Amino acid sequence: MGIKMFDGNGAAVEAIRLARPGVIAAYPITPQSSIAEHLADAVAEGAIKAEYIRVESEHSAMSISIGAQLTGVRVATATASVGLALMHEVCGVAAGCRVPIVMPVVNRSLVAPWSLWCDHSDTMAERDTGWLQFYASTVQEILDLQLCAYRISEHEDVMIPSMVCFDGFYLSHSMQRVDTPSDEEAWDFVKPYVKKNMYLDTKDVMFINDLCPTVEHTEMKYQQMMGFQSAAQVSDEIFEEYEKRFGRKLQQVEAYRLEDAEVAVVTIGSMSGTGKYVVEQLREKGIKAGLLRICMFRPFPDRKIHEALKNIPVIGVIDRSCGLGGAQGPVCSEVKAAMYGESSKIYGYIGGIAGRDISDGSFRKIFNELLKIKDGKADTVSTWFDVEENAMNIREVETNANV
Amino acid sequence: MEKQQNMPTNTPAKRRVLGPCSHILVAANTGSWRMERPQVDEEACIRCGICSKYCPTACITVNKEGCPLEFDWHYCKGCGICANECPRQALSMIPEGSGE
Repeated sequence: MGIKMFDGNGAAVEAIRLARPGVIAAYPITPQSSIAEHLADAVAEGAIKAEYIRVESEHSAMSISIGAQLTGVRVATATASVGLALMHEVCGVAAGCRVPIVMPVVNRSLVAPWSLWCDHSDTMAERDTGWLQFYASTVQEILDLQLCAYRISEHEDVMIPSMVCFDGFYLSHSMQRVDTPSDEEAWDFVKPYVKKNMYLDTKDVMFINDLCPTVEHTEMKYQQMMGFQSAAQVSDEIFEEYEKRFGRKLQQVEAYRLEDAEVAVVTIGSMSGTGKYVVEQLREKGIKAGLLRICMFRPFPDRKIHEALKNIPVIGVIDRSCGLGGAQGPVCSEVKAAMYGESSKIYGYIGGIAGRDISDGSFRKIFNELLKIKDGKADTVSTWFDVEENAMNIREVETNANV
Repeated sequence: MEKQQNMPTNTPAKRRVLGPCSHILVAANTGSWRMERPQVDEEACIRCGICSKYCPTACITVNKEGCPLEFDWHYCKGCGICANECPRQALSMIPEGSGE
């Protein structure tokens, strides 16, 4: 073990190197580009002994990853934003064919408007594709979660691919100290890849992903669902083993000062650190505030969330994607479903879109609103908490048409 | 005539697999569609192999000696492309069931 300096993308590359992939197929896209670049460097320098396939798109990257991993090697790829959207079709193939690929996804907004900056609209759009989803809150956690994701995904009762999601620029481009296992320690934990279930072998011929009739389709989706059920159990076991080996605790959901909390926010991703800072400030003033961070979003840890939040009267859930047309943002909808039957008042917040900072001020505003609700002084919240007042009048153009 | 060719692979033991896959590979017996079939004029044939290259089911073998062409009757569907492409008009299509 040793302390190294990594930005988020560097930590993802280090985790990939430690897992010793045999094939890499990645297409660079902001803010993921340095993952694709550093993987290419590592292959050129011999630090990773893999075949690096230069693909023309993310659709090809995922297609090649699936084919390669089915032959019996671990593969590496990574993407972001519209790259993930282009992969969407083939992401379903990886999931349905039970190919346990582990893929870092650097969260960036989807078009339009064009943006290079962070929100969760890309991975939230993939939430029902059949992949496990983990959301990191620090650079250290990117490395930790990714190493664990190999074990969870490749577990014979799971066999489901994983997205390790982390916020573009906030995590991908910020340098942090990362406690990194040695090559041997990591290899002893991650273990060599063993092909299971379906695989491609010329001595044992198998045709994979054939046209499947209606009489079997429901059953194969049921098989995937059972994989997700196992993943909830297996991830707890793997996180525990990881803590024993490396001393860092990973959790599906992280409860922060919730024991006696009267108001709480639910967060996901890099905003969580700022949230905890504000909770501490409020606690110093005698306000009983708390925070719940969702680290594993798929499978959704509904029972753990219910258990952590059931005694809290007022809860705000912050979504970093708009959930356009939905009753709430995607995280809030699921938290509300998990809390069904409890008397807690739950309010959805939407903000931090396309790189807008979720600052300490944002959290103070949200907590103030929740406290007013608790005291009976208000009954609504500003759902879009960081939208500007002039939202409907931000651009004006000159026109030659007679209007 | 056989309807299908079953070609099970040499898997020693059975095992459960999750997800969509198939282990028994079958090919449709396109030979059963045939209404006409090609007949080669052995004198005219120059063994150039053009018929074999155009055959959509790749069922023509060109021999260097002896009978110049062999057809795989399981798969020849009698489309007539070989007869059409032959530069020496050495192939003719005759009704299925006639000839030798």
